Amino acid sequence: MGKNRWFLPLASAIGFIFLYAPIISLVIFSFNANRLVTVWSGFSLQSYADLLKDPQLLPAAWLSLQIAAVAASIALVLGTLCAVALVRFRRFRGKTVLQATVSAPLVMPDVITGLALLLLFVAMQSLIGWPAGRGILTIVIAHATFCTAYVTVVVQSRLIDMDTSIEEAAMDLGATPVRVFFDITLPIIAPALISAWLLAFTLSLDDLVIASFVSGPGSSTLPMIIFSKVRLGVSPEVNALATIIIGVVALAVVIASFIGFTSSGRTRKA
Amino acid sequence: MTEVAPPPAPPPSGFLTWLRRLPSAVGISGRALVIAAPAAWLTLFFIVPLAVVFGISLATKQFGQPPYSNLMTTENGTVQLTLHLSNYIRVFTDPSGIYINAFLSSIRIAAISTVVAILIGYPMAYAIARAPDKWRNVLLMLVILPFWTSFLLRVYALSGFLRGEGVINNTLALFGIAPLTMMQTDFAVYVGIVYSYLPFFILPLYTNLVKLDPSLLEASADLGARPIRTFFSVTLPLSMPGVVAGAMLVFIPAIGEFVIPSLLGGPGTQMIGRILWDEFFAKTNWPRAAALAITMLVIVVIPIMLMQRAQNAVVEGRR
Repeated sequence: MGKNRWFLPLASAIGFIFLYAPIISLVIFSFNANRLVTVWSGFSLQSYADLLKDPQLLPAAWLSLQIAAVAASIALVLGTLCAVALVRFRRFRGKTVLQATVSAPLVMPDVITGLALLLLFVAMQSLIGWPAGRGILTIVIAHATFCTAYVTVVVQSRLIDMDTSIEEAAMDLGATPVRVFFDITLPIIAPALISAWLLAFTLSLDDLVIASFVSGPGSSTLPMIIFSKVRLGVSPEVNALATIIIGVVALAVVIASFIGFTSSGRTRKA
Repeated sequence: MTEVAPPPAPPPSGFLTWLRRLPSAVGISGRALVIAAPAAWLTLFFIVPLAVVFGISLATKQFGQPPYSNLMTTENGTVQLTLHLSNYIRVFTDPSGIYINAFLSSIRIAAISTVVAILIGYPMAYAIARAPDKWRNVLLMLVILPFWTSFLLRVYALSGFLRGEGVINNTLALFGIAPLTMMQTDFAVYVGIVYSYLPFFILPLYTNLVKLDPSLLEASADLGARPIRTFFSVTLPLSMPGVVAGAMLVFIPAIGEFVIPSLLGGPGTQMIGRILWDEFFAKTNWPRAAALAITMLVIVVIPIMLMQRAQNAVVEGRR
C-alpha cells in the first residue's frame, strides 16, 4: 500500500489489543491478592480457593454443562434431519415454510424467544398439565429449539458442498437411502456434525436471557448465577472461573486449529 | 471401491434411482419421518409460542396465577371473547414515551455500533486476508477465539476495564490524568456492542476479501490507479456483500440486546430488550411484555428477515 504500509498493521494491532486487553487484564487480576479493588497488590490464589468454596458457582456450572450436552444432542439430531430434508429432498409441501421457520430463530431476539417459550409452557401447564412447572426440562427444550437453527445452517452448508456422486453410486449399487445415509453421508459430514454440536453446546452454555425466562426454582444455570454476582460489581470468584473457562477454550481452539490445519493440508494433497 | 467400474447414470437420475430402488410406500413414510420430526418440534416450540404471545398481548394484567386475564370466558352458557388493545395503544402512546424511545434508541445504538464495527473491523479483515500464509491462520484463530469464550464473561471483563477504578482509569492516573466516567453511559454500551460482535463482522468480510482476485488489483495498478483509488473503486465495491453480511451479524443481535445495556449502560440507556425484561420480571406485566415482543417482531425482526432474504437473492443471482 505504498506510503500507507504502516496503516494496516497499526489498525489491526489496535483492533486486536481492543479484543484482548480486557480478557488479559481479567486473567491477570484473577491472581490478585486484593479482593475488592482492581489494584495489583501481589500474587495470590485466594480467588480460586473462594471459587471452590462458593456454594453456587460450581454446582451451576455442572448443571449448565449437563443441560448444554443434552440440548446440543437433541439439536444435532433435529438439525441434521432438517438439513437433510432441505438439501437432499427435491420438493415437498412446506419446504419454504420449513426453511423460513428453521432460520427465524437466528434473527429472533433472545428476549422474544424466552418470553414466547415461557408463555407457552405456562399455557400448556394449565391446559394439559405438562410440563409440570419450570426447570431443567424446560431449559433443555428451549435451548434445543434455538440450537437446532444453528445446527441446520452448519450441516446444510456442508451437505450443499458435498460431492453427491458417492451417494448416487451407493444407491446405484442397491443401498437403501437409510443405509446410504449411515454408511456414506454420515462419515463424510462427521466433522461438520462435530462442529455443529460444539457450536450448539457453546451457545447453550452461554445463554442467559432465554434460560432466565424458562427456568424455575432450583434450576439456575451458570450464566444466571454469574449475572447476579457481577451485576453488583467485581466478583473475584467469577474472575477465577472466567480464567479457567478462557484457558480451557483457548487450549481447545488451539488444538482444534492444529488438527484443522493438518486435515485441510491432507485434503489439499488428495 | 475399485469395483465401481461402470460410470453411474448422469446426476439428474440420482433422485429417480433413489425412488425406483425404494418401495414407494416405505420411501414416502421414511421421507415424511425425516421432515416431520424437526417440523413438529419447530411448530410446537417456535411457531405456537409466538401465537401464544400474540394471544396474551391482547389480555390484561391481573393478580393471580397466571398473571393475565383469560381471553375466553364462559358465562351462562355463552362463550365470550375479550380482546384488549390497550397494551398496544400504551406502547405507542405512553405519556412518558418510554417504549417508543426505547425502540428508537435501540435502533440508533445498534446502527452507530455497527458503523464503528465496520470502521474497526474492515482494516482488520483486510490485513488478515492480505497477511502471509503462516500469519493468516494465527490471526484468524485470534479472531475466532473470543467467539468460543463466554459472551457474558467478555462483557464482564470489559466492565472491569471501563469501571471507575478500572484498568483504563488506573493507567490514566499513572500519567496524572483525572479518571473518566465510562461505565453506566451510552458510550460503554457502544464499546460493549462493538467489542462483543467485532469477530462476527470480521469473519464474513474476511471470507469475502480472501477470495478477491489479486489480478484485478494488479490491473488497476497497471492502469495507473493509486492504491487508495484501487481500494475505493475495486476492493470496496467487490467486498460489499461481505460488509453487509458482517454488518447484519452486528446489527441484528445488538437491537434486542439485554446483557450489554444492563451491565454496562446507565439507567438512561433504555434499550427495548431491557425494557421488555423489566416489564416481565420487575413489573410482572406479562401482557405488556407480550405486546412489546409482538411490536418488536413486526417493526424490527420481520423487516430484517425480509432484507436478509432480498440480500440472499442478490447473492444467489450473482452466482
